[in-house]
Amino acid sequence: MAVLDLLDIHKSYRSHLSIRKYWILRGLSLSIREGEIFGYIGTNGAGKTTTIKLALGLIFPDQGSVRLFGEDSSKVELRRRVGFLPENPYLYDYLTGEEFLDFHARLFGLDRATRRKRVKDLLERVGLGNRGDRQLRHYSKGMLQRIGLAQALINDPELVVLDEPMSGLDPIGRREVRDIILDLKARGRTVFFSTHILSDTETICDRVGLLVKGALKAVGTIDELVSRDVPYWEVALQGVVNGNLPCGRIVSRREDRVLVRVDSQGDLHRLLSVLNGHGARLVSVTPARQSLEDLFIREARAASPRPARIDEGHVHQN
Amino acid sequence: MFIRINAIALNTFREAIRHRILYLLLVFAVAMISFAQILSLLTVGSEEKIIKDFGLASIDVFGVLTAVFIGIGLVSREIERRTVYTLLAKPIHRFEFVLGKYTGLALTLLVNTCVMTAWFFLILLIKGMFDLRLVVAVLLLFFQFLLITALAVLFSCLSTPILASVMTLALYVIGHLLWSLDLLAKRLPTETGKVLCRVLYYLLPNLGNFDIKGEIVHGLAIAPGRILWATVYLLVYGCAILWTACAVFERKELQ
Repeated sequence: MAVLDLLDIHKSYRSHLSIRKYWILRGLSLSIREGEIFGYIGTNGAGKTTTIKLALGLIFPDQGSVRLFGEDSSKVELRRRVGFLPENPYLYDYLTGEEFLDFHARLFGLDRATRRKRVKDLLERVGLGNRGDRQLRHYSKGMLQRIGLAQALINDPELVVLDEPMSGLDPIGRREVRDIILDLKARGRTVFFSTHILSDTETICDRVGLLVKGALKAVGTIDELVSRDVPYWEVALQGVVNGNLPCGRIVSRREDRVLVRVDSQGDLHRLLSVLNGHGARLVSVTPARQSLEDLFIREARAASPRPARIDEGHVHQN
Repeated sequence: MFIRINAIALNTFREAIRHRILYLLLVFAVAMISFAQILSLLTVGSEEKIIKDFGLASIDVFGVLTAVFIGIGLVSREIERRTVYTLLAKPIHRFEFVLGKYTGLALTLLVNTCVMTAWFFLILLIKGMFDLRLVVAVLLLFFQFLLITALAVLFSCLSTPILASVMTLALYVIGHLLWSLDLLAKRLPTETGKVLCRVLYYLLPNLGNFDIKGEIVHGLAIAPGRILWATVYLLVYGCAILWTACAVFERKELQ
Protein backbone atom coordinates (compact mmCIF):
# COMPACT_ATOMS: atom_id res chain seq x y z
CA MET A 1 0.00 0.00 0.00
CA ALA A 2 1.23 3.51 -0.80
CA VAL A 3 1.64 5.74 2.24
CA LEU A 4 2.32 8.85 0.17
CA ASP A 5 1.29 9.38 -3.43
CA LEU A 6 2.21 12.38 -5.54
CA LEU A 7 0.38 12.35 -8.85
CA ASP A 8 1.45 14.49 -11.79
CA ILE A 9 2.56 17.40 -9.66
CA HIS A 10 3.42 20.69 -11.32
CA LYS A 11 4.72 23.53 -9.23
CA SER A 12 5.97 26.94 -10.26
CA TYR A 13 6.80 30.18 -8.53
CA ARG A 14 7.11 33.79 -9.46
CA SER A 15 9.81 36.02 -8.07
CA HIS A 16 8.72 39.40 -6.69
CA LEU A 17 7.63 41.93 -9.31
CA SER A 18 8.01 39.34 -12.06
CA ILE A 19 5.32 37.86 -14.24
CA ARG A 20 7.61 35.11 -15.45
CA LYS A 21 6.96 31.67 -14.01
CA TYR A 22 9.83 29.45 -12.89
CA TRP A 23 9.01 25.78 -12.89
CA ILE A 24 10.25 23.81 -9.92
CA LEU A 25 8.43 20.53 -10.54
CA ARG A 26 7.12 19.32 -13.86
CA GLY A 27 4.80 16.36 -13.81
CA LEU A 28 6.28 14.63 -10.78
CA SER A 29 4.69 11.31 -9.86
CA LEU A 30 6.06 9.42 -6.91
CA SER A 31 4.77 6.74 -4.60
CA ILE A 32 6.20 5.85 -1.19
CA ARG A 33 5.32 2.35 -0.03
CA GLU A 34 4.46 1.29 3.49
CA GLY A 35 7.41 0.16 5.59
CA GLU A 36 10.17 1.23 3.22
CA ILE A 37 13.07 3.63 3.54
CA PHE A 38 12.95 5.88 0.51
CA GLY A 39 15.93 8.06 -0.31
CA TYR A 40 15.20 11.16 -2.32
CA ILE A 41 18.33 12.45 -3.99
CA GLY A 42 18.95 15.29 -6.39
CA THR A 43 21.07 18.29 -7.18
CA ASN A 44 20.72 21.60 -5.33
CA GLY A 45 17.55 23.32 -6.45
CA ALA A 46 16.18 20.16 -8.06
CA GLY A 47 12.93 20.47 -6.10
CA LYS A 48 13.42 18.00 -3.23
CA THR A 49 12.35 20.39 -0.47
CA THR A 50 9.47 21.62 -2.63
CA THR A 51 8.27 18.02 -3.02
CA ILE A 52 8.38 17.54 0.74
CA LYS A 53 6.54 20.80 1.44
CA LEU A 54 3.86 19.79 -1.07
CA ALA A 55 3.52 16.40 0.55
CA LEU A 56 2.90 18.05 3.91
CA GLY A 57 0.55 20.78 2.67
CA LEU A 58 2.94 23.64 3.45
CA ILE A 59 2.64 24.77 -0.17
CA PHE A 60 0.09 23.88 -2.82
CA PRO A 61 0.56 22.37 -6.28
CA ASP A 62 -0.38 24.27 -9.46
CA GLN A 63 -1.61 20.96 -10.83
CA GLY A 64 -1.76 17.37 -9.63
CA SER A 65 -2.75 15.77 -6.34
CA VAL A 66 -1.13 14.57 -3.14
CA ARG A 67 -2.54 11.62 -1.23
CA LEU A 68 -1.53 10.61 2.28
CA PHE A 69 -2.50 7.12 3.47
CA GLY A 70 -4.83 6.90 0.48
CA GLU A 71 -6.72 10.11 1.34
CA ASP A 72 -6.55 13.72 0.18
CA SER A 73 -3.53 15.21 1.97
CA SER A 74 -5.39 18.44 2.79
CA LYS A 75 -7.10 16.61 5.66
CA VAL A 76 -5.28 17.99 8.67
CA GLU A 77 -6.06 14.97 10.84
CA LEU A 78 -3.88 12.78 8.59
CA ARG A 79 -0.83 14.61 9.88
CA ARG A 80 -1.39 12.95 13.22
CA ARG A 81 0.31 9.96 11.56
CA VAL A 82 3.23 11.96 10.12
CA GLY A 83 6.49 13.25 11.58
CA PHE A 84 8.58 15.91 9.87
CA LEU A 85 12.07 17.33 10.24
CA PRO A 86 12.72 20.37 8.01
CA GLU A 87 16.09 21.16 6.48
CA ASN A 88 18.40 23.17 8.79
CA PRO A 89 15.64 23.52 11.35
CA TYR A 90 15.38 26.86 13.15
CA LEU A 91 13.71 25.93 16.37
CA TYR A 92 12.37 28.00 19.26
CA ASP A 93 15.73 28.84 20.75
CA TYR A 94 14.24 30.35 23.92
CA LEU A 95 12.94 26.93 24.96
CA THR A 96 14.93 24.19 26.63
CA GLY A 97 15.12 20.81 24.90
CA GLU A 98 12.51 19.39 27.29
CA GLU A 99 10.14 22.36 26.91
CA PHE A 100 10.49 22.17 23.13
CA LEU A 101 9.52 18.50 22.96
CA ASP A 102 6.78 18.96 25.55
CA PHE A 103 5.27 21.79 23.47
CA HIS A 104 5.14 19.58 20.37
CA ALA A 105 3.69 16.71 22.38
CA ARG A 106 0.92 19.04 23.63
CA LEU A 107 -0.11 19.71 20.03
CA PHE A 108 -1.08 16.05 19.79
CA GLY A 109 -3.16 16.33 22.93
CA LEU A 110 -1.00 13.91 24.92
CA ASP A 111 -1.56 13.86 28.68
CA ARG A 112 1.13 15.02 31.09
CA ALA A 113 2.38 11.54 32.10
CA THR A 114 2.67 10.35 28.48
CA ARG A 115 4.39 13.58 27.50
CA ARG A 116 6.92 13.32 30.28
CA LYS A 117 7.76 9.71 29.43
CA ARG A 118 7.97 10.31 25.70
CA VAL A 119 10.16 13.40 26.07
CA LYS A 120 12.57 11.52 28.33
CA ASP A 121 12.71 8.49 26.00
CA LEU A 122 13.25 10.60 22.90
CA LEU A 123 15.99 12.70 24.46
CA GLU A 124 17.79 9.46 25.32
CA ARG A 125 17.16 8.05 21.85
CA VAL A 126 18.74 11.01 20.06
CA GLY A 127 21.66 11.19 22.47
CA LEU A 128 20.59 14.32 24.36
CA GLY A 129 19.61 12.62 27.60
CA ASN A 130 21.61 14.97 29.80
CA ARG A 131 21.11 18.15 27.75
CA GLY A 132 17.34 18.46 27.96
CA ASP A 133 17.46 21.32 30.46
CA ARG A 134 19.55 23.60 28.26
CA GLN A 135 18.03 26.28 26.04
CA LEU A 136 18.20 25.47 22.33
CA ARG A 137 20.19 28.66 21.71
CA HIS A 138 23.08 26.91 23.46
CA TYR A 139 22.85 23.78 21.27
CA SER A 140 25.36 23.02 18.54
CA LYS A 141 24.15 22.45 14.96
CA GLY A 142 24.33 18.70 15.41
CA MET A 143 22.35 18.88 18.66
CA LEU A 144 19.67 21.01 16.97
CA GLN A 145 19.40 18.42 14.23
CA ARG A 146 18.90 15.71 16.86
CA ILE A 147 16.29 17.61 18.86
CA GLY A 148 14.56 18.38 15.56
CA LEU A 149 14.53 14.67 14.81
CA ALA A 150 13.12 14.00 18.27
CA GLN A 151 10.18 16.38 17.70
CA ALA A 152 9.50 14.59 14.40
CA LEU A 153 9.09 11.35 16.36
CA ILE A 154 7.08 12.75 19.29
CA ASN A 155 3.79 11.28 18.00
CA ASP A 156 5.32 7.91 17.10
CA PRO A 157 4.41 8.55 13.44
CA GLU A 158 3.75 5.95 10.76
CA LEU A 159 5.43 8.10 8.10
CA VAL A 160 8.58 10.04 8.94
CA VAL A 161 9.62 12.73 6.45
CA LEU A 162 13.14 14.06 6.89
CA ASP A 163 14.60 16.85 4.81
CA GLU A 164 18.40 16.49 4.72
CA PRO A 165 18.61 14.80 8.13
CA MET A 166 22.36 14.19 7.86
CA SER A 167 23.24 17.79 7.00
CA GLY A 168 25.58 19.43 9.48
CA LEU A 169 26.31 16.22 11.34
CA ASP A 170 29.73 14.77 12.04
CA PRO A 171 30.36 11.11 11.11
CA ILE A 172 29.20 9.92 14.54
CA GLY A 173 26.02 11.98 14.32
CA ARG A 174 25.38 10.67 10.82
CA ARG A 175 25.80 7.14 12.02
CA GLU A 176 23.34 7.77 14.86
CA VAL A 177 20.73 9.25 12.51
CA ARG A 178 21.24 6.31 10.17
CA ASP A 179 20.67 3.92 13.07
CA ILE A 180 17.48 5.78 14.07
CA ILE A 181 16.18 5.50 10.49
CA LEU A 182 16.95 1.77 10.43
CA ASP A 183 15.31 1.38 13.83
CA LEU A 184 12.17 3.10 12.52
CA LYS A 185 12.03 0.65 9.64
CA ALA A 186 12.48 -2.24 12.05
CA ARG A 187 9.41 -0.92 13.93
CA GLY A 188 7.43 -1.00 10.70
CA ARG A 189 7.53 2.73 10.05
CA THR A 190 7.99 4.36 6.63
CA VAL A 191 10.83 6.82 6.16
CA PHE A 192 11.04 9.30 3.30
CA PHE A 193 14.17 11.40 3.39
CA SER A 194 16.07 13.70 1.08
CA THR A 195 19.83 13.77 1.14
CA HIS A 196 23.04 14.60 -0.66
CA ILE A 197 24.98 11.87 1.06
CA LEU A 198 24.84 9.07 -1.47
CA SER A 199 26.84 6.50 0.47
CA ASP A 200 24.21 6.52 3.22
CA THR A 201 21.47 6.27 0.64
CA GLU A 202 23.07 3.23 -0.92
CA THR A 203 23.52 1.59 2.46
CA ILE A 204 20.12 2.03 4.08
CA CYS A 205 17.50 2.75 1.42
CA ASP A 206 15.09 0.18 0.05
CA ARG A 207 14.34 2.45 -2.87
CA VAL A 208 15.78 5.65 -4.26
CA GLY A 209 14.35 8.46 -6.38
CA LEU A 210 16.63 10.73 -8.37
CA LEU A 211 15.27 14.20 -9.05
CA VAL A 212 16.97 16.45 -11.58
CA LYS A 213 15.62 19.88 -12.46
CA GLY A 214 12.13 19.10 -11.24
CA ALA A 215 11.78 15.79 -13.05
CA LEU A 216 12.13 12.33 -11.58
CA LYS A 217 14.90 10.78 -13.66
CA ALA A 218 15.07 7.41 -11.96
CA VAL A 219 13.27 5.54 -9.23
CA GLY A 220 13.76 2.01 -7.94
CA THR A 221 15.94 -0.20 -5.77
CA ILE A 222 19.68 0.32 -5.87
CA ASP A 223 20.02 -2.90 -7.89
CA GLU A 224 17.47 -1.67 -10.39
CA LEU A 225 19.14 1.70 -10.78
CA VAL A 226 22.78 0.77 -10.70
CA SER A 227 24.05 -1.93 -13.02
CA ARG A 228 25.87 -4.76 -11.24
CA ASP A 229 27.82 -5.57 -14.43
CA VAL A 230 31.56 -5.05 -14.22
CA PRO A 231 32.73 -3.00 -17.21
CA TYR A 232 36.43 -3.36 -16.30
CA TRP A 233 38.85 -4.48 -13.60
CA GLU A 234 41.76 -2.62 -12.05
CA VAL A 235 44.75 -4.87 -11.31
CA ALA A 236 47.51 -3.59 -9.03
CA LEU A 237 50.86 -5.30 -9.61
CA GLN A 238 54.22 -4.97 -7.92
CA GLY A 239 57.68 -5.69 -9.32
CA VAL A 240 56.82 -5.44 -13.01
CA VAL A 241 60.22 -5.42 -14.73
CA ASN A 242 59.06 -5.82 -18.27
CA GLY A 243 56.40 -3.26 -19.12
CA ASN A 244 55.02 -5.22 -22.09
CA LEU A 245 52.04 -6.95 -20.57
CA PRO A 246 50.05 -9.32 -22.81
CA CYS A 247 46.86 -7.38 -22.28
CA GLY A 248 45.42 -4.45 -20.40
CA ARG A 249 46.51 -0.85 -20.24
CA ILE A 250 48.80 0.64 -17.62
CA VAL A 251 46.91 3.62 -16.17
CA SER A 252 49.45 4.62 -13.54
CA ARG A 253 52.98 3.73 -12.47
CA ARG A 254 54.68 4.48 -9.17
CA GLU A 255 58.19 3.09 -8.65
CA ASP A 256 57.80 -0.65 -9.31
CA ARG A 257 54.05 -0.64 -8.76
CA VAL A 258 51.62 -0.37 -11.66
CA LEU A 259 47.87 -0.16 -12.00
CA VAL A 260 46.54 -1.98 -15.04
CA ARG A 261 43.06 -1.65 -16.48
CA VAL A 262 41.65 -4.83 -18.04
CA ASP A 263 38.40 -4.67 -20.00
CA SER A 264 37.25 -8.31 -20.11
CA GLN A 265 37.23 -11.34 -17.87
CA GLY A 266 39.22 -13.32 -20.47
CA ASP A 267 41.95 -10.69 -20.49
CA LEU A 268 41.99 -10.72 -16.70
CA HIS A 269 42.62 -14.49 -16.60
CA ARG A 270 45.31 -14.14 -19.28
CA LEU A 271 47.06 -11.37 -17.37
CA LEU A 272 46.99 -13.27 -14.08
CA SER A 273 48.37 -16.44 -15.72
CA VAL A 274 51.48 -14.71 -17.12
CA LEU A 275 52.43 -12.69 -14.06
CA ASN A 276 55.31 -14.95 -13.01
CA GLY A 277 56.94 -14.58 -16.44
CA HIS A 278 57.12 -10.85 -15.88
CA GLY A 279 58.46 -11.19 -12.35
CA ALA A 280 55.38 -9.43 -11.00
CA ARG A 281 53.41 -9.98 -7.83
CA LEU A 282 49.64 -9.49 -7.64
CA VAL A 283 48.59 -6.84 -5.08
CA SER A 284 44.87 -6.51 -5.77
CA VAL A 285 42.10 -7.01 -8.32
CA THR A 286 39.24 -4.51 -8.07
CA PRO A 287 36.10 -4.90 -10.18
CA ALA A 288 34.82 -1.47 -11.21
CA ARG A 289 31.10 -1.23 -10.53
CA GLN A 290 28.79 1.60 -11.23
CA SER A 291 27.79 3.44 -8.09
CA LEU A 292 24.80 5.61 -7.25
CA GLU A 293 27.18 8.53 -7.48
CA ASP A 294 27.97 7.64 -11.11
CA LEU A 295 24.28 7.57 -11.90
CA PHE A 296 23.72 10.84 -10.04
CA ILE A 297 26.52 12.64 -11.85
CA ARG A 298 25.56 11.22 -15.23
CA GLU A 299 21.93 12.30 -14.94
CA ALA A 300 22.82 15.68 -13.48
CA ARG A 301 25.30 16.39 -16.27
CA ALA A 302 22.90 15.18 -18.93
CA ALA A 303 20.34 17.66 -17.66
CA SER A 304 22.73 20.59 -17.67
CA PRO A 305 25.56 20.12 -20.18
CA ARG A 306 28.52 22.33 -19.47
CA PRO A 307 30.94 23.71 -22.04
CA ALA A 308 34.07 21.72 -22.79
CA ARG A 309 36.77 22.16 -20.19
CA ILE A 310 40.47 21.56 -20.37
CA ASP A 311 41.65 18.90 -17.96
CA GLU A 312 45.19 17.52 -17.79
CA GLY A 313 45.95 18.42 -21.34
CA HIS A 314 42.87 16.66 -22.76
CA VAL A 315 39.62 18.17 -23.80
CA HIS A 316 36.59 16.43 -22.29
CA GLN A 317 33.01 17.03 -23.16
CA ASN A 318 30.98 16.81 -19.96
CA MET B 1 -8.97 22.54 18.75
CA PHE B 2 -8.76 24.46 22.04
CA ILE B 3 -5.91 22.25 23.28
CA ARG B 4 -3.82 23.19 20.25
CA ILE B 5 -4.70 26.91 20.37
CA ASN B 6 -3.92 26.86 24.07
CA ALA B 7 -0.54 25.16 23.51
CA ILE B 8 0.45 27.70 20.83
CA ALA B 9 -0.82 30.60 22.96
CA LEU B 10 1.20 29.48 25.99
CA ASN B 11 4.29 29.05 23.85
CA THR B 12 3.80 32.52 22.38
CA PHE B 13 3.38 33.95 25.87
CA ARG B 14 6.56 32.17 26.95
CA GLU B 15 8.38 33.59 23.92
CA ALA B 16 7.13 37.10 24.66
CA ILE B 17 8.10 37.10 28.33
CA ARG B 18 11.59 35.93 27.38
CA HIS B 19 11.85 38.83 24.95
CA ARG B 20 14.12 41.63 26.18
CA ILE B 21 12.15 44.30 24.34
CA LEU B 22 9.12 43.62 26.54
CA TYR B 23 11.06 44.51 29.68
CA LEU B 24 12.63 47.51 27.99
CA LEU B 25 9.19 48.85 27.08
CA LEU B 26 7.86 48.11 30.57
CA VAL B 27 10.74 49.97 32.22
CA PHE B 28 10.16 52.95 29.92
CA ALA B 29 6.43 52.90 30.63
CA VAL B 30 6.96 52.82 34.40
CA ALA B 31 9.54 55.61 34.08
CA MET B 32 7.16 57.74 32.03
CA ILE B 33 4.28 57.23 34.47
CA SER B 34 6.60 58.29 37.30
CA PHE B 35 7.84 61.26 35.27
CA ALA B 36 4.30 62.66 35.26
CA GLN B 37 4.79 63.69 38.90
CA ILE B 38 7.78 65.87 37.99
CA LEU B 39 5.93 67.28 35.01
CA SER B 40 2.97 68.21 37.21
CA LEU B 41 5.24 70.46 39.28
CA LEU B 42 5.60 72.74 36.26
CA THR B 43 1.90 73.54 36.22
CA VAL B 44 -0.15 75.29 38.83
CA GLY B 45 -3.38 73.78 40.07
CA SER B 46 -3.66 70.96 37.55
CA GLU B 47 -1.31 68.39 39.07
CA GLU B 48 -4.01 65.72 39.16
CA LYS B 49 -4.95 66.24 35.52
CA ILE B 50 -1.34 66.05 34.37
CA ILE B 51 -0.60 62.87 36.32
CA LYS B 52 -3.75 61.11 35.12
CA ASP B 53 -3.40 62.28 31.52
CA PHE B 54 0.28 61.45 31.27
CA GLY B 55 -0.18 58.10 33.02
CA LEU B 56 -2.99 56.99 30.72
CA ALA B 57 -1.10 58.22 27.64
CA SER B 58 2.00 56.25 28.72
CA ILE B 59 -0.03 53.05 29.15
CA ASP B 60 -1.61 53.71 25.75
CA VAL B 61 1.64 54.32 23.84
CA PHE B 62 3.71 51.56 25.43
CA GLY B 63 0.89 49.05 25.16
CA VAL B 64 0.59 49.78 21.44
CA LEU B 65 4.36 49.58 20.98
CA THR B 66 4.36 46.17 22.71
CA ALA B 67 1.52 44.98 20.49
CA VAL B 68 3.37 46.14 17.38
CA PHE B 69 6.96 45.15 18.12
CA ILE B 70 6.21 41.76 19.62
CA GLY B 71 3.00 41.14 17.68
CA ILE B 72 4.49 41.69 14.25
CA GLY B 73 6.98 38.92 14.81
CA LEU B 74 4.16 36.52 15.64
CA VAL B 75 3.61 35.09 12.21
CA SER B 76 6.21 36.66 9.93
CA ARG B 77 9.18 35.67 12.09
CA GLU B 78 7.83 32.15 12.32
CA ILE B 79 7.78 31.98 8.50
CA GLU B 80 11.10 33.76 8.11
CA ARG B 81 12.84 31.44 10.58
CA ARG B 82 10.89 28.46 9.29
CA THR B 83 9.79 27.43 12.79
CA VAL B 84 6.27 27.32 11.38
CA TYR B 85 7.15 24.27 9.24
CA THR B 86 7.40 21.93 12.19
CA LEU B 87 4.11 23.24 13.56
CA LEU B 88 1.99 23.14 10.42
CA ALA B 89 3.25 19.68 9.52
CA LYS B 90 1.37 18.58 12.65
CA PRO B 91 -2.41 18.18 12.91
CA ILE B 92 -2.95 21.91 13.29
CA HIS B 93 -5.35 23.97 11.22
CA ARG B 94 -3.80 27.17 10.03
CA PHE B 95 -6.51 29.23 11.70
CA GLU B 96 -5.62 27.53 15.00
CA PHE B 97 -2.04 28.71 14.54
CA VAL B 98 -3.15 32.32 13.91
CA LEU B 99 -5.62 32.30 16.82
CA GLY B 100 -3.06 30.67 19.12
CA LYS B 101 -0.51 33.34 18.29
CA TYR B 102 -3.11 36.07 18.81
CA THR B 103 -4.25 34.67 22.16
CA GLY B 104 -0.65 34.38 23.35
CA LEU B 105 0.02 38.02 22.62
CA ALA B 106 -3.28 39.10 24.15
CA LEU B 107 -2.19 37.31 27.33
CA THR B 108 1.17 39.08 27.21
CA LEU B 109 -0.55 42.43 26.79
CA LEU B 110 -2.88 41.66 29.67
CA VAL B 111 0.08 41.04 31.99
CA ASN B 112 1.88 44.08 30.58
CA THR B 113 -1.14 46.34 31.06
CA CYS B 114 -1.67 45.01 34.60
CA VAL B 115 1.92 45.85 35.57
CA MET B 116 1.72 49.37 34.10
CA THR B 117 -1.70 49.97 35.65
CA ALA B 118 -0.62 48.69 39.06
CA TRP B 119 2.25 51.18 39.12
CA PHE B 120 -0.01 54.00 37.89
CA PHE B 121 -2.69 53.28 40.48
CA LEU B 122 -0.12 52.98 43.24
CA ILE B 123 1.12 56.51 42.49
CA LEU B 124 -2.46 57.81 42.43
CA LEU B 125 -3.35 56.04 45.68
CA ILE B 126 -0.31 57.52 47.43
CA LYS B 127 -1.27 60.95 46.18
CA GLY B 128 -4.93 60.40 47.06
CA MET B 129 -6.05 60.98 43.47
CA PHE B 130 -7.44 57.55 42.66
CA ASP B 131 -10.68 57.52 40.69
CA LEU B 132 -12.57 54.28 40.06
CA ARG B 133 -13.44 55.45 36.54
CA LEU B 134 -9.77 55.04 35.65
CA VAL B 135 -10.32 51.28 35.69
CA VAL B 136 -12.79 51.74 32.85
CA ALA B 137 -10.32 53.94 30.95
CA VAL B 138 -7.60 51.29 31.24
CA LEU B 139 -10.04 48.55 30.26
CA LEU B 140 -10.89 50.44 27.07
CA LEU B 141 -7.19 50.95 26.38
CA PHE B 142 -6.75 47.19 26.70
CA PHE B 143 -9.60 46.72 24.20
CA GLN B 144 -7.69 49.00 21.85
CA PHE B 145 -4.53 46.88 22.29
CA LEU B 146 -6.54 43.79 21.35
CA LEU B 147 -7.67 45.48 18.15
CA ILE B 148 -4.16 46.71 17.30
CA THR B 149 -2.84 43.18 17.89
CA ALA B 150 -5.41 41.78 15.47
CA LEU B 151 -4.23 44.30 12.86
CA ALA B 152 -0.58 43.41 13.57
CA VAL B 153 -1.37 39.73 13.04
CA LEU B 154 -3.18 40.48 9.78
CA PHE B 155 -0.33 42.59 8.41
CA SER B 156 2.30 40.08 9.49
CA CYS B 157 0.38 37.43 7.51
CA LEU B 158 0.45 39.69 4.48
CA SER B 159 3.86 41.25 4.47
CA THR B 160 7.39 41.61 5.83
CA PRO B 161 7.93 42.52 9.51
CA ILE B 162 9.13 46.08 8.80
CA LEU B 163 6.27 46.89 6.44
CA ALA B 164 3.79 45.30 8.81
CA SER B 165 5.10 47.45 11.72
CA VAL B 166 4.82 50.63 9.65
CA MET B 167 1.29 49.79 8.50
CA THR B 168 0.10 48.92 12.01
CA LEU B 169 1.56 52.09 13.53
CA ALA B 170 0.10 54.13 10.68
CA LEU B 171 -3.35 52.67 11.33
CA TYR B 172 -2.96 53.46 15.05
CA VAL B 173 -2.34 57.11 14.20
CA ILE B 174 -5.09 57.21 11.56
CA GLY B 175 -7.47 55.43 13.93
CA HIS B 176 -7.13 58.25 16.45
CA LEU B 177 -7.62 60.95 13.82
CA LEU B 178 -10.61 59.38 12.15
CA TRP B 179 -12.91 62.13 13.43
CA SER B 180 -11.17 64.43 10.94
CA LEU B 181 -12.28 62.18 8.08
CA ASP B 182 -15.86 62.56 9.30
CA LEU B 183 -15.41 66.31 9.41
CA LEU B 184 -13.88 66.30 5.93
CA ALA B 185 -16.87 64.35 4.56
CA LYS B 186 -19.19 67.09 5.86
CA ARG B 187 -17.16 69.88 4.31
CA LEU B 188 -16.31 68.35 0.93
CA PRO B 189 -18.34 69.88 -1.91
CA THR B 190 -18.43 66.82 -4.20
CA GLU B 191 -20.65 63.83 -3.60
CA THR B 192 -17.94 61.34 -4.69
CA GLY B 193 -15.51 62.78 -2.16
CA LYS B 194 -18.12 62.57 0.58
CA VAL B 195 -18.88 58.91 -0.22
CA LEU B 196 -15.18 58.05 -0.33
CA CYS B 197 -14.58 59.70 3.04
CA ARG B 198 -17.61 57.91 4.50
CA VAL B 199 -16.44 54.51 3.21
CA LEU B 200 -12.98 55.05 4.64
CA TYR B 201 -14.44 56.30 7.90
CA TYR B 202 -16.35 53.05 8.40
CA LEU B 203 -13.66 50.80 6.99
CA LEU B 204 -10.69 52.07 9.01
CA PRO B 205 -10.46 51.24 12.72
CA ASN B 206 -11.99 53.98 14.82
CA LEU B 207 -9.77 53.95 17.88
CA GLY B 208 -11.54 57.00 19.23
CA ASN B 209 -14.17 54.54 20.48
CA PHE B 210 -11.69 53.35 23.11
CA ASP B 211 -10.46 56.77 24.19
CA ILE B 212 -12.14 58.26 27.25
CA LYS B 213 -9.04 59.97 28.61
CA GLY B 214 -10.57 63.42 28.11
CA GLU B 215 -13.68 62.59 30.11
CA ILE B 216 -11.70 61.00 32.94
CA VAL B 217 -9.04 63.70 33.22
CA HIS B 218 -11.51 66.57 33.11
CA GLY B 219 -14.02 64.83 35.33
CA LEU B 220 -16.73 64.81 32.64
CA ALA B 221 -19.53 62.27 32.47
CA ILE B 222 -19.03 59.24 30.25
CA ALA B 223 -21.83 58.97 27.72
CA PRO B 224 -24.21 56.11 28.50
CA GLY B 225 -23.65 53.08 26.30
CA ARG B 226 -20.08 54.17 25.47
CA ILE B 227 -18.50 51.10 27.04
CA LEU B 228 -21.07 48.78 25.52
CA TRP B 229 -20.48 50.31 22.08
CA ALA B 230 -16.67 49.97 22.49
CA THR B 231 -17.12 46.30 23.44
CA VAL B 232 -19.39 45.58 20.48
CA TYR B 233 -17.04 47.46 18.15
CA LEU B 234 -14.05 45.44 19.39
CA LEU B 235 -15.91 42.16 18.96
CA VAL B 236 -17.21 42.89 15.46
CA TYR B 237 -14.18 44.70 14.04
CA GLY B 238 -11.63 42.49 15.83
CA CYS B 239 -13.34 39.27 14.68
CA ALA B 240 -13.50 40.57 11.10
CA ILE B 241 -9.78 41.37 11.12
CA LEU B 242 -8.87 38.01 12.65
CA TRP B 243 -11.11 36.17 10.20
CA THR B 244 -9.34 37.97 7.33
CA ALA B 245 -5.93 37.10 8.82
CA CYS B 246 -6.95 33.42 9.07
CA ALA B 247 -8.27 33.44 5.49
CA VAL B 248 -5.05 35.02 4.18
CA PHE B 249 -2.87 32.57 6.09
CA GLU B 250 -4.97 29.59 4.99
CA ARG B 251 -3.70 29.85 1.42
CA LYS B 252 -0.30 31.33 2.16
CA GLU B 253 2.61 29.55 0.49
CA LEU B 254 5.25 28.87 3.11
CA GLN B 255 8.34 29.29 0.94
